[in-house]
Amino acid sequence: MTALLEVDRLRIEFPTRRGILVAVDDVSFSIEEGEVLGVVGESGAGKSVTGAAVIGLLEPPGRIGRGDIRFEGRQLNGLPQEAMRRIRGAKIGAIFQDPLTSLNPIYSIGRQLTETLTTHTDLSSSQARSRAIDLLNEVGIPAAERRVDSYPHEFSGGMRQRVVIALAICVNPRLIIADEPTTALDVSIQAQIIGLLKNLCHEHRTAIMLITHDMGVIAEMSDRVAVMYAGRIAEIGPLREVVKSPKHPYTVGLMDSIPKVGQEKDQLSHIRGAMPRLQEIPPGCPFHPRCPEAFDRCQVERPDMMDTGHPRQAASCWKYARTASHG
Amino acid sequence: MGWLKRVIDHDISYSFTRSWVIMLAAFVTLFIIITSVFAPWVTIHDPFNPSSLNLMDAFTPPIWVEGGKWTYPLGTDDQGRDILSTIMFGNRISLLVGFLSVLLAMLIGVTLGTVSGYIGGWLDSLIMRLADAQLTVPPILIALLVNGVARASLMQELQESLAIYVLVFSIGIAAWPQYARVTRSGAMVERNKEYIAAAKVIGVHPGLIMVRHIVPNVMGPTMVLATIGVPLAIIIEATLSFLGVGVPPTTPSLGTLIRIGNEFLFSGEWWITIFPALALVVLVLSVNLIGDWLRDTFNPKLR
Repeated sequence: MTALLEVDRLRIEFPTRRGILVAVDDVSFSIEEGEVLGVVGESGAGKSVTGAAVIGLLEPPGRIGRGDIRFEGRQLNGLPQEAMRRIRGAKIGAIFQDPLTSLNPIYSIGRQLTETLTTHTDLSSSQARSRAIDLLNEVGIPAAERRVDSYPHEFSGGMRQRVVIALAICVNPRLIIADEPTTALDVSIQAQIIGLLKNLCHEHRTAIMLITHDMGVIAEMSDRVAVMYAGRIAEIGPLREVVKSPKHPYTVGLMDSIPKVGQEKDQLSHIRGAMPRLQEIPPGCPFHPRCPEAFDRCQVERPDMMDTGHPRQAASCWKYARTASHG
Repeated sequence: MGWLKRVIDHDISYSFTRSWVIMLAAFVTLFIIITSVFAPWVTIHDPFNPSSLNLMDAFTPPIWVEGGKWTYPLGTDDQGRDILSTIMFGNRISLLVGFLSVLLAMLIGVTLGTVSGYIGGWLDSLIMRLADAQLTVPPILIALLVNGVARASLMQELQESLAIYVLVFSIGIAAWPQYARVTRSGAMVERNKEYIAAAKVIGVHPGLIMVRHIVPNVMGPTMVLATIGVPLAIIIEATLSFLGVGVPPTTPSLGTLIRIGNEFLFSGEWWITIFPALALVVLVLSVNLIGDWLRDTFNPKLR
């Protein structure tokens, strides 16, 4: 079976006055049907840009320098705008960070839903309206029949994010790119929204690419996790393995720096230093200046994704070079 | 009657009823609009029908001056035309030109501004440099220039009948850069909002995104600018007519009336120019007050 979404050796560049900035390099991953892939990383690690490239929202001057994005086996990048729009059309949805600006303030939410529905399906406008009410019920908007004619500003942030989810799922997309869907919400609302997304995707067998910097959200929702660092994937694998037995030193540091309830510590552990700026990504492994386990090879040669001994869990770290070469 | 309750309950209505100046300005504006729209029915005389004019009545002063007649409350001009009636007809032309030229300026400005702000790139630079270049020249000069060129390229017999539209065209052309600038800055803000990204993701055509999402969301400030733009356009029209390049004297606007009256100012018939001038001041002031009030009400920082 081919994966729903395949990203192969993707490289995203931003040409600037001082040369080309490589925001994302050599990123490969795939998402199966109905699977939730969490993408974590610090700000600037390239998570959002990768997501934007998949949904075709990479703003110029950003461009895909190399690599492929395939959706349902069809290549998306390199296609002319119009053709790409048609393929993507109803099949890839998006949920963004800020529910305050995700809805057009001058149209009622019902109108936004019905318009999306009538554009992408054969429903008549009255059918679309009743479908819109069903959708609002489904995402947990109370009194949907009444609220359907309300305007976005009459909703709270959490409710608005529910409407955004309703909009994202209304045409039954195969894949949803959720870029920080809960970052702008209260913690208590976050849990509700995560739960809602999880249930809906389970029911509709929709795959999700969940982009966030919040490990809690990832742990709650995803099947697999990709950890990004300085535009590259540091480690990718099933949620349990990545959280319980991280392989890449960066992931290890990341997991250690999450405070745990009941644990007594005078100081939270952290990773020394900061992520390099895009212009100053060091040669070799981009993490080596901060890596406690770095050795000579790390400073000169860039590691590929290596087998870590666990099936489906891979890390880009020279530590595993031997295991890889010996099979 | 749910909508009526909403209108009455609205913040804007509240702010409206709180200020007697605004209510007065609105009343005066409404009064002027109604009397000018229905000018042929509300005026006692038809100042533009030569057969109804009586040259014996020429230079009749206003009623409160000795020699005034009740039939000509504000007096008459050199041809015996009733000043009050000519003012109402003059308002008609002034308002028509004011509104139409603002509409034209908005049409050009909003279209170019939206395209400029949303698409950006070299197109944005081109449109905005064009606007900048035009803004370096006073609008009245642009209007004069466009007006002259348009007239020169029209056939002689058409000039008279198309004079108003030539005026509208030239004033509209002169005013578009402001609308383009305001719309552009709005479009640049809206462009980065996530509902636009969402629309792009589901494959809405860029043209449709601009028409359905960008334009309605940036119209607020543009509408305020337009309310302030109407009196400006009226003044430009009056200036052009005063200079003799606007509407012809047979269908005079306020500017034309002021110019005609100006010739008699020093021979003692002051009312021929003073009353149209006062009418212009009242009209421009009331519309301007409404515009200012709208701007303040829509700007939360000034409340």
